[in-house]
Amino acid sequence: MNRAFPILGILTAILLSYALYQALVVAPTEQTMGDVQRIFYYHVPSAWTAFVLFFVNFGASVFYLIKRKPAADIVALVSAEVGVVFCTVVLVTGPIWARPVWGIWWTWDMRLTSTLVLWLIYVSYLFLRRFSSSGQTPTLAAALAVLGALCVPFVYFSIWFFRTQHPQPVMGGGGSIDPRMLHVLLINWLAFSCFAFLVCWSRYRLESLQREVDQAHALESLLDPRGSTR
Amino acid sequence: MTAPTGITRATLLKDLRLEWRSKDAINSMLFFSLLVVIVFSFSFDPTAEESRQIAGGLIWVAFLFAAVVALNQTWAHELRNQVLDAYRVSPAPANSLFIAKTLGNFILVSVLEALMTPLFIVLYRLRALGPVWQLLLVAVLGTWALVVNGTFFAAMSIRTRSREIMLPLLLFPISLPALLAMVWATTAILNGEGARVWMALLVSYDLVFTTVCLLLFETVLNAE
Repeated sequence: MNRAFPILGILTAILLSYALYQALVVAPTEQTMGDVQRIFYYHVPSAWTAFVLFFVNFGASVFYLIKRKPAADIVALVSAEVGVVFCTVVLVTGPIWARPVWGIWWTWDMRLTSTLVLWLIYVSYLFLRRFSSSGQTPTLAAALAVLGALCVPFVYFSIWFFRTQHPQPVMGGGGSIDPRMLHVLLINWLAFSCFAFLVCWSRYRLESLQREVDQAHALESLLDPRGSTR
Repeated sequence: MTAPTGITRATLLKDLRLEWRSKDAINSMLFFSLLVVIVFSFSFDPTAEESRQIAGGLIWVAFLFAAVVALNQTWAHELRNQVLDAYRVSPAPANSLFIAKTLGNFILVSVLEALMTPLFIVLYRLRALGPVWQLLLVAVLGTWALVVNGTFFAAMSIRTRSREIMLPLLLFPISLPALLAMVWATTAILNGEGARVWMALLVSYDLVFTTVCLLLFETVLNAE
Protein backbone atom coordinates (compact mmCIF):
# COMPACT_ATOMS: atom_id res chain seq x y z
CA MET A 1 0.00 0.00 0.00
CA ASN A 2 2.79 2.38 0.95
CA ARG A 3 4.66 1.69 -2.27
CA ALA A 4 1.59 1.88 -4.48
CA PHE A 5 0.80 5.39 -3.30
CA PRO A 6 3.84 7.26 -4.76
CA ILE A 7 3.62 5.18 -7.95
CA LEU A 8 0.01 6.18 -8.41
CA GLY A 9 0.98 9.76 -7.58
CA ILE A 10 3.60 9.87 -10.33
CA LEU A 11 1.24 8.19 -12.80
CA THR A 12 -1.45 10.75 -11.99
CA ALA A 13 1.00 13.62 -12.44
CA ILE A 14 2.04 12.30 -15.85
CA LEU A 15 -1.55 11.71 -16.86
CA LEU A 16 -2.61 15.19 -15.72
CA SER A 17 0.23 16.85 -17.67
CA TYR A 18 -0.60 14.81 -20.75
CA ALA A 19 -4.27 15.74 -20.38
CA LEU A 20 -3.34 19.40 -20.00
CA TYR A 21 -1.25 19.25 -23.19
CA GLN A 22 -4.09 17.51 -25.00
CA ALA A 23 -6.66 20.05 -23.81
CA LEU A 24 -4.62 23.18 -24.53
CA VAL A 25 -2.68 22.18 -27.68
CA VAL A 26 -3.97 19.05 -29.38
CA ALA A 27 -7.72 19.54 -29.13
CA PRO A 28 -9.12 21.52 -32.07
CA THR A 29 -10.25 25.07 -31.38
CA GLU A 30 -14.00 25.43 -31.30
CA GLN A 31 -15.34 27.40 -34.29
CA THR A 32 -17.64 29.92 -32.65
CA MET A 33 -16.42 30.08 -29.04
CA GLY A 34 -12.66 29.98 -29.66
CA ASP A 35 -10.14 29.09 -26.99
CA VAL A 36 -12.47 29.78 -24.09
CA GLN A 37 -14.23 26.54 -24.94
CA ARG A 38 -11.16 24.63 -23.69
CA ILE A 39 -12.37 25.12 -20.11
CA PHE A 40 -14.87 22.44 -21.09
CA TYR A 41 -12.08 19.85 -20.62
CA TYR A 42 -11.90 20.82 -16.94
CA HIS A 43 -15.52 21.65 -16.32
CA VAL A 44 -17.14 18.45 -17.57
CA PRO A 45 -14.62 15.93 -16.11
CA SER A 46 -14.89 17.69 -12.74
CA ALA A 47 -18.67 17.39 -12.90
CA TRP A 48 -18.53 13.69 -13.75
CA THR A 49 -15.96 13.05 -11.02
CA ALA A 50 -18.09 14.92 -8.47
CA PHE A 51 -21.18 12.92 -9.41
CA VAL A 52 -19.26 9.63 -9.14
CA LEU A 53 -17.97 10.66 -5.72
CA PHE A 54 -21.44 11.60 -4.49
CA PHE A 55 -22.66 8.24 -5.66
CA VAL A 56 -19.81 6.56 -3.76
CA ASN A 57 -20.88 8.57 -0.71
CA PHE A 58 -24.43 7.23 -1.00
CA GLY A 59 -23.25 3.64 -1.43
CA ALA A 60 -20.84 3.86 1.50
CA SER A 61 -23.52 5.44 3.71
CA VAL A 62 -26.04 2.69 2.98
CA PHE A 63 -23.33 0.11 3.60
CA TYR A 64 -22.48 1.79 6.89
CA LEU A 65 -26.11 1.80 8.03
CA ILE A 66 -26.36 -1.93 7.34
CA LYS A 67 -22.95 -3.25 8.38
CA ARG A 68 -21.66 -0.53 10.76
CA LYS A 69 -18.11 -0.78 9.45
CA PRO A 70 -16.04 2.32 10.39
CA ALA A 71 -14.17 2.04 7.08
CA ALA A 72 -17.42 2.64 5.18
CA ASP A 73 -17.96 5.79 7.21
CA ILE A 74 -14.49 7.08 6.35
CA VAL A 75 -15.13 6.37 2.66
CA ALA A 76 -18.40 8.30 2.88
CA LEU A 77 -16.74 11.26 4.57
CA VAL A 78 -13.81 11.34 2.17
CA SER A 79 -15.90 11.03 -0.98
CA ALA A 80 -18.23 13.82 0.16
CA GLU A 81 -15.31 16.13 0.93
CA VAL A 82 -13.52 15.55 -2.37
CA GLY A 83 -16.85 15.59 -4.22
CA VAL A 84 -17.68 19.02 -2.82
CA VAL A 85 -14.27 20.28 -3.98
CA PHE A 86 -14.86 19.02 -7.53
CA CYS A 87 -18.41 20.35 -7.51
CA THR A 88 -17.00 23.74 -6.48
CA VAL A 89 -14.62 23.56 -9.44
CA VAL A 90 -17.65 22.94 -11.69
CA LEU A 91 -19.54 25.90 -10.22
CA VAL A 92 -16.52 28.19 -10.60
CA THR A 93 -15.41 27.18 -14.10
CA GLY A 94 -18.98 27.32 -15.41
CA PRO A 95 -19.45 31.09 -14.95
CA ILE A 96 -15.90 31.75 -16.26
CA TRP A 97 -16.97 30.06 -19.49
CA ALA A 98 -20.49 31.48 -19.48
CA ARG A 99 -19.44 35.12 -19.22
CA PRO A 100 -17.74 35.38 -22.65
CA VAL A 101 -20.04 32.86 -24.37
CA TRP A 102 -23.50 33.66 -23.01
CA GLY A 103 -22.66 37.19 -21.86
CA ILE A 104 -23.82 36.44 -18.32
CA TRP A 105 -22.13 34.85 -15.34
CA TRP A 106 -25.05 32.83 -14.14
CA THR A 107 -28.51 31.78 -15.26
CA TRP A 108 -31.13 29.76 -13.41
CA ASP A 109 -30.89 27.08 -16.04
CA MET A 110 -31.84 23.53 -15.10
CA ARG A 111 -28.36 22.04 -15.06
CA LEU A 112 -26.76 24.97 -13.25
CA THR A 113 -29.46 25.12 -10.62
CA SER A 114 -29.51 21.41 -9.91
CA THR A 115 -25.72 21.30 -9.57
CA LEU A 116 -25.93 24.19 -7.15
CA VAL A 117 -28.58 22.42 -5.06
CA LEU A 118 -26.48 19.24 -5.09
CA TRP A 119 -23.54 21.28 -3.83
CA LEU A 120 -25.73 22.77 -1.06
CA ILE A 121 -26.89 19.31 0.06
CA TYR A 122 -23.37 17.96 0.39
CA VAL A 123 -22.05 21.10 2.07
CA SER A 124 -24.79 20.70 4.67
CA TYR A 125 -23.65 17.09 5.06
CA LEU A 126 -20.14 18.30 5.84
CA PHE A 127 -21.56 20.84 8.28
CA LEU A 128 -23.39 18.09 10.15
CA ARG A 129 -20.19 16.09 10.37
CA ARG A 130 -18.32 19.09 11.66
CA PHE A 131 -20.87 20.03 14.31
CA SER A 132 -21.98 16.70 15.78
CA SER A 133 -20.13 15.03 18.62
CA SER A 134 -17.82 12.26 17.48
CA GLY A 135 -19.65 9.11 18.58
CA GLN A 136 -22.93 9.73 16.73
CA THR A 137 -21.51 11.45 13.67
CA PRO A 138 -21.28 8.35 11.43
CA THR A 139 -24.90 7.30 11.96
CA LEU A 140 -26.39 10.78 11.68
CA ALA A 141 -24.28 11.57 8.64
CA ALA A 142 -25.21 8.30 6.94
CA ALA A 143 -28.91 9.00 7.49
CA LEU A 144 -28.51 12.48 6.04
CA ALA A 145 -26.56 11.11 3.07
CA VAL A 146 -29.39 8.70 2.26
CA LEU A 147 -31.98 11.49 2.43
CA GLY A 148 -29.75 13.78 0.38
CA ALA A 149 -29.25 11.18 -2.33
CA LEU A 150 -32.99 10.50 -2.46
CA CYS A 151 -33.54 14.20 -2.85
CA VAL A 152 -31.48 14.32 -6.06
CA PRO A 153 -34.19 12.95 -8.42
CA PHE A 154 -36.67 15.42 -6.92
CA VAL A 155 -34.23 18.26 -7.45
CA TYR A 156 -33.73 17.32 -11.09
CA PHE A 157 -37.40 16.81 -11.78
CA SER A 158 -38.62 19.93 -10.00
CA ILE A 159 -36.05 22.15 -11.66
CA TRP A 160 -36.62 20.55 -15.04
CA PHE A 161 -40.31 21.31 -14.76
CA PHE A 162 -39.61 24.77 -13.35
CA ARG A 163 -37.36 25.55 -16.31
CA THR A 164 -39.48 24.07 -19.04
CA GLN A 165 -42.34 26.17 -17.76
CA HIS A 166 -40.21 29.31 -18.00
CA PRO A 167 -37.89 28.73 -20.96
CA GLN A 168 -34.59 30.56 -21.07
CA PRO A 169 -32.92 31.71 -24.29
CA VAL A 170 -29.52 30.39 -23.27
CA MET A 171 -28.92 26.67 -23.18
CA GLY A 172 -25.58 24.91 -23.15
CA GLY A 173 -24.67 21.54 -24.62
CA GLY A 174 -26.74 19.57 -27.07
CA GLY A 175 -25.72 18.72 -30.61
CA SER A 176 -22.81 16.56 -31.63
CA ILE A 177 -19.20 16.72 -30.52
CA ASP A 178 -16.01 16.37 -32.59
CA PRO A 179 -14.50 12.88 -31.94
CA ARG A 180 -11.10 14.47 -31.22
CA MET A 181 -12.71 16.66 -28.59
CA LEU A 182 -14.44 13.65 -27.07
CA HIS A 183 -11.09 11.87 -26.96
CA VAL A 184 -9.45 14.76 -25.08
CA LEU A 185 -12.45 14.98 -22.79
CA LEU A 186 -12.18 11.31 -21.86
CA ILE A 187 -8.43 11.58 -21.23
CA ASN A 188 -9.07 14.51 -18.95
CA TRP A 189 -11.76 12.61 -17.15
CA LEU A 190 -9.40 9.69 -16.61
CA ALA A 191 -6.73 12.06 -15.28
CA PHE A 192 -9.22 13.79 -12.99
CA SER A 193 -10.57 10.49 -11.69
CA CYS A 194 -7.05 9.31 -10.89
CA PHE A 195 -6.37 12.59 -9.14
CA ALA A 196 -9.61 12.36 -7.16
CA PHE A 197 -8.83 8.78 -6.21
CA LEU A 198 -5.36 9.82 -5.08
CA VAL A 199 -6.70 12.66 -2.95
CA CYS A 200 -9.39 10.40 -1.47
CA TRP A 201 -6.82 7.76 -0.69
CA SER A 202 -4.48 10.11 1.14
CA ARG A 203 -7.43 11.68 2.96
CA TYR A 204 -8.62 8.19 3.91
CA ARG A 205 -5.22 7.36 5.40
CA LEU A 206 -5.17 10.69 7.25
CA GLU A 207 -8.65 10.15 8.68
CA SER A 208 -7.88 6.56 9.79
CA LEU A 209 -4.72 7.75 11.52
CA GLN A 210 -6.61 10.61 13.13
CA ARG A 211 -9.17 8.18 14.52
CA GLU A 212 -6.46 5.87 15.84
CA VAL A 213 -4.83 8.83 17.58
CA ASP A 214 -8.19 9.91 19.05
CA GLN A 215 -8.84 6.39 20.30
CA ALA A 216 -5.40 6.20 21.84
CA HIS A 217 -6.00 9.51 23.60
CA ALA A 218 -9.36 8.32 24.90
CA LEU A 219 -7.84 5.09 26.13
CA GLU A 220 -4.99 6.93 27.78
CA SER A 221 -7.30 9.24 29.68
CA LEU A 222 -9.38 6.24 30.76
CA LEU A 223 -6.35 4.42 32.11
CA ASP A 224 -4.82 7.48 33.75
CA PRO A 225 -7.63 9.81 34.87
CA ARG A 226 -5.24 12.38 36.33
CA GLY A 227 -3.41 12.75 33.04
CA SER A 228 -6.62 13.56 31.16
CA THR A 229 -6.58 17.20 32.31
CA ARG A 230 -3.38 17.88 30.38
CA MET B 1 -47.75 -2.77 27.18
CA THR B 2 -49.46 0.12 25.45
CA ALA B 3 -50.20 -0.15 21.76
CA PRO B 4 -48.07 2.00 19.40
CA THR B 5 -51.07 4.18 18.58
CA GLY B 6 -51.64 4.68 22.30
CA ILE B 7 -48.09 5.95 22.73
CA THR B 8 -48.51 8.25 19.77
CA ARG B 9 -51.75 9.62 21.16
CA ALA B 10 -50.33 10.07 24.66
CA THR B 11 -47.24 11.92 23.40
CA LEU B 12 -49.25 14.06 21.02
CA LEU B 13 -51.79 15.03 23.69
CA LYS B 14 -49.02 15.77 26.17
CA ASP B 15 -47.27 18.05 23.66
CA LEU B 16 -50.49 19.82 22.71
CA ARG B 17 -51.41 20.32 26.38
CA LEU B 18 -47.95 21.73 27.08
CA GLU B 19 -48.29 24.05 24.11
CA TRP B 20 -51.85 25.03 25.07
CA ARG B 21 -50.72 26.04 28.55
CA SER B 22 -47.52 27.86 27.65
CA LYS B 23 -48.29 28.95 24.04
CA ASP B 24 -44.54 29.50 23.65
CA ALA B 25 -44.08 28.04 20.19
CA ILE B 26 -47.23 29.38 18.58
CA ASN B 27 -46.72 32.89 19.92
CA SER B 28 -43.12 33.14 18.79
CA MET B 29 -44.03 31.65 15.39
CA LEU B 30 -46.91 34.07 14.90
CA PHE B 31 -44.87 37.10 15.84
CA PHE B 32 -41.94 35.94 13.76
CA SER B 33 -43.98 35.37 10.62
CA LEU B 34 -45.74 38.70 11.21
CA LEU B 35 -42.31 40.34 11.23
CA VAL B 36 -41.37 38.54 8.01
CA VAL B 37 -44.57 39.74 6.33
CA ILE B 38 -44.01 43.34 7.47
CA VAL B 39 -40.37 43.30 6.37
CA PHE B 40 -41.40 41.95 2.98
CA SER B 41 -44.10 44.57 2.50
CA PHE B 42 -41.59 47.31 3.34
CA SER B 43 -39.10 45.84 0.86
CA PHE B 44 -41.53 45.68 -2.07
CA ASP B 45 -44.53 47.81 -2.83
CA PRO B 46 -46.36 45.54 -5.22
CA THR B 47 -49.49 46.25 -7.18
CA ALA B 48 -52.26 43.64 -7.09
CA GLU B 49 -51.03 42.05 -10.33
CA GLU B 50 -47.39 41.85 -9.26
CA SER B 51 -48.21 40.59 -5.79
CA ARG B 52 -50.07 37.68 -7.35
CA GLN B 53 -46.79 36.70 -9.04
CA ILE B 54 -44.65 36.85 -5.91
CA ALA B 55 -47.18 35.99 -3.19
CA GLY B 56 -46.58 32.22 -3.44
CA GLY B 57 -42.91 32.74 -2.68
CA LEU B 58 -43.49 35.24 0.13
CA ILE B 59 -46.09 33.11 1.92
CA TRP B 60 -44.02 29.95 1.88
CA VAL B 61 -40.77 31.60 2.84
CA ALA B 62 -42.51 33.23 5.82
CA PHE B 63 -44.04 29.89 6.87
CA LEU B 64 -40.75 28.05 6.38
CA PHE B 65 -38.87 30.49 8.61
CA ALA B 66 -41.61 30.41 11.22
CA ALA B 67 -41.81 26.60 11.14
CA VAL B 68 -38.10 26.38 11.96
CA VAL B 69 -38.84 28.23 15.22
CA ALA B 70 -41.34 25.55 16.26
CA LEU B 71 -39.28 22.65 14.93
CA ASN B 72 -36.25 23.73 16.94
CA GLN B 73 -38.29 23.38 20.13
CA THR B 74 -39.70 19.95 19.19
CA TRP B 75 -37.23 17.86 21.11
CA ALA B 76 -36.13 20.50 23.61
CA HIS B 77 -38.79 19.42 26.16
CA GLU B 78 -37.57 15.86 25.99
CA LEU B 79 -33.96 16.75 26.80
CA ARG B 80 -34.90 18.11 30.21
CA ASN B 81 -34.80 15.36 32.87
CA GLN B 82 -33.40 12.93 30.24
CA VAL B 83 -36.86 12.05 28.92
CA LEU B 84 -35.38 11.14 25.55
CA ASP B 85 -32.91 8.72 27.14
CA ALA B 86 -35.74 7.15 29.12
CA TYR B 87 -37.68 6.76 25.90
CA ARG B 88 -34.73 5.09 24.26
CA VAL B 89 -34.39 2.42 26.92
CA SER B 90 -38.16 1.81 27.04
CA PRO B 91 -39.59 -0.85 24.70
CA ALA B 92 -41.87 1.74 23.04
CA PRO B 93 -41.36 1.85 19.24
CA ALA B 94 -39.38 4.89 18.12
CA ASN B 95 -41.71 5.60 15.23
CA SER B 96 -44.68 6.18 17.57
CA LEU B 97 -42.73 9.05 19.06
CA PHE B 98 -41.73 10.35 15.64
CA ILE B 99 -45.31 10.28 14.34
CA ALA B 100 -46.55 12.04 17.47
CA LYS B 101 -43.95 14.79 17.15
CA THR B 102 -44.61 15.18 13.42
CA LEU B 103 -48.37 15.41 13.94
CA GLY B 104 -47.85 17.92 16.75
CA ASN B 105 -45.71 20.13 14.53
CA PHE B 106 -48.16 19.71 11.67
CA ILE B 107 -51.01 20.97 13.86
CA LEU B 108 -48.92 23.91 15.10
CA VAL B 109 -47.82 24.99 11.63
CA SER B 110 -51.37 24.53 10.26
CA VAL B 111 -52.75 26.80 13.00
CA LEU B 112 -50.10 29.34 12.13
CA GLU B 113 -51.03 29.18 8.44
CA ALA B 114 -54.73 29.49 9.18
CA LEU B 115 -54.08 32.61 11.26
CA MET B 116 -51.55 34.24 8.93
CA THR B 117 -53.20 33.62 5.55
CA PRO B 118 -56.00 36.21 6.08
CA LEU B 119 -53.34 38.79 6.94
CA PHE B 120 -51.47 37.96 3.73
CA ILE B 121 -54.68 38.32 1.73
CA VAL B 122 -55.35 41.73 3.25
CA LEU B 123 -51.83 43.12 3.03
CA TYR B 124 -51.10 41.91 -0.50
CA ARG B 125 -54.63 42.33 -1.86
CA LEU B 126 -54.73 38.73 -3.04
CA ARG B 127 -57.57 37.07 -4.87
CA ALA B 128 -57.20 33.56 -6.25
CA LEU B 129 -58.14 33.15 -9.90
CA GLY B 130 -58.01 29.35 -9.63
CA PRO B 131 -59.96 26.95 -7.37
CA VAL B 132 -59.39 27.64 -3.66
CA TRP B 133 -59.69 24.00 -2.56
CA GLN B 134 -56.52 23.28 -4.52
CA LEU B 135 -54.69 25.89 -2.45
CA LEU B 136 -55.84 24.05 0.65
CA LEU B 137 -54.48 20.79 -0.76
CA VAL B 138 -51.14 22.41 -1.59
CA ALA B 139 -50.99 23.82 1.94
CA VAL B 140 -51.59 20.41 3.52
CA LEU B 141 -49.09 18.61 1.27
CA GLY B 142 -46.47 21.34 1.57
CA THR B 143 -46.78 21.67 5.32
CA TRP B 144 -46.42 17.91 5.71
CA ALA B 145 -43.28 17.94 3.55
CA LEU B 146 -41.71 20.66 5.71
CA VAL B 147 -42.79 19.15 9.00
CA VAL B 148 -41.82 15.52 8.37
CA ASN B 149 -38.30 16.47 7.28
CA GLY B 150 -38.08 19.19 9.90
CA THR B 151 -38.97 16.86 12.78
CA PHE B 152 -36.44 14.33 11.53
CA PHE B 153 -33.64 16.86 11.16
CA ALA B 154 -34.52 18.45 14.50
CA ALA B 155 -33.88 15.06 16.09
CA MET B 156 -30.49 15.11 14.36
CA SER B 157 -29.55 18.68 15.12
CA ILE B 158 -30.41 18.31 18.82
CA ARG B 159 -27.33 16.08 19.05
CA THR B 160 -24.98 18.67 17.59
CA ARG B 161 -23.21 21.73 18.87
CA SER B 162 -24.99 25.03 18.04
CA ARG B 163 -28.19 23.09 17.39
CA GLU B 164 -30.39 26.11 16.70
CA ILE B 165 -28.47 27.02 13.56
CA MET B 166 -27.95 23.41 12.48
CA LEU B 167 -31.62 22.69 11.72
CA PRO B 168 -32.05 25.21 8.88
CA LEU B 169 -28.65 24.23 7.47
CA LEU B 170 -29.87 20.64 7.13
CA LEU B 171 -33.51 21.30 6.36
CA PHE B 172 -33.35 23.97 3.65
CA PRO B 173 -31.21 22.20 1.01
CA ILE B 174 -33.23 18.97 1.18
CA SER B 175 -36.54 20.86 1.21
CA LEU B 176 -35.71 22.91 -1.88
CA PRO B 177 -37.63 20.67 -4.33
CA ALA B 178 -40.68 20.67 -2.05
CA LEU B 179 -40.41 24.42 -1.57
CA LEU B 180 -40.16 24.95 -5.31
CA ALA B 181 -43.25 22.81 -5.82
CA MET B 182 -45.25 24.61 -3.09
CA VAL B 183 -44.32 28.05 -4.32
CA TRP B 184 -45.07 27.38 -7.97
CA ALA B 185 -48.24 25.42 -7.27
CA THR B 186 -49.50 28.35 -5.16
CA THR B 187 -48.53 30.91 -7.77
CA ALA B 188 -50.10 28.84 -10.55
CA ILE B 189 -53.39 28.52 -8.65
CA LEU B 190 -53.44 32.21 -7.73
CA ASN B 191 -53.03 32.99 -11.43
CA GLY B 192 -55.70 30.51 -12.48
CA GLU B 193 -53.30 28.06 -14.14
CA GLY B 194 -53.07 24.29 -13.66
CA ALA B 195 -50.81 22.99 -10.92
CA ARG B 196 -51.30 19.26 -11.34
CA VAL B 197 -47.65 18.36 -11.99
CA TRP B 198 -46.45 20.35 -8.99
CA MET B 199 -49.01 18.62 -6.79
CA ALA B 200 -47.98 15.20 -8.11
CA LEU B 201 -44.39 16.13 -7.28
CA LEU B 202 -45.41 17.15 -3.75
CA VAL B 203 -47.36 13.92 -3.21
CA SER B 204 -44.42 11.76 -4.31
CA TYR B 205 -41.98 13.86 -2.25
CA ASP B 206 -44.21 13.42 0.82
CA LEU B 207 -44.52 9.67 0.27
CA VAL B 208 -40.79 9.06 -0.27
CA PHE B 209 -39.56 11.23 2.57
CA THR B 210 -42.17 10.06 5.08
CA THR B 211 -41.24 6.45 4.34
CA VAL B 212 -37.50 7.05 4.60
CA CYS B 213 -37.80 9.15 7.76
CA LEU B 214 -39.85 6.37 9.39
CA LEU B 215 -37.27 3.79 8.31
CA LEU B 216 -34.30 5.77 9.60
CA PHE B 217 -35.73 7.43 12.71
CA GLU B 218 -34.99 4.59 15.07
CA THR B 219 -31.37 4.54 13.90
CA VAL B 220 -31.04 8.28 14.46
CA LEU B 221 -32.74 8.17 17.87
CA ASN B 222 -30.45 5.40 19.08
CA ALA B 223 -27.24 6.78 17.54
CA GLU B 224 -24.51 6.67 20.14
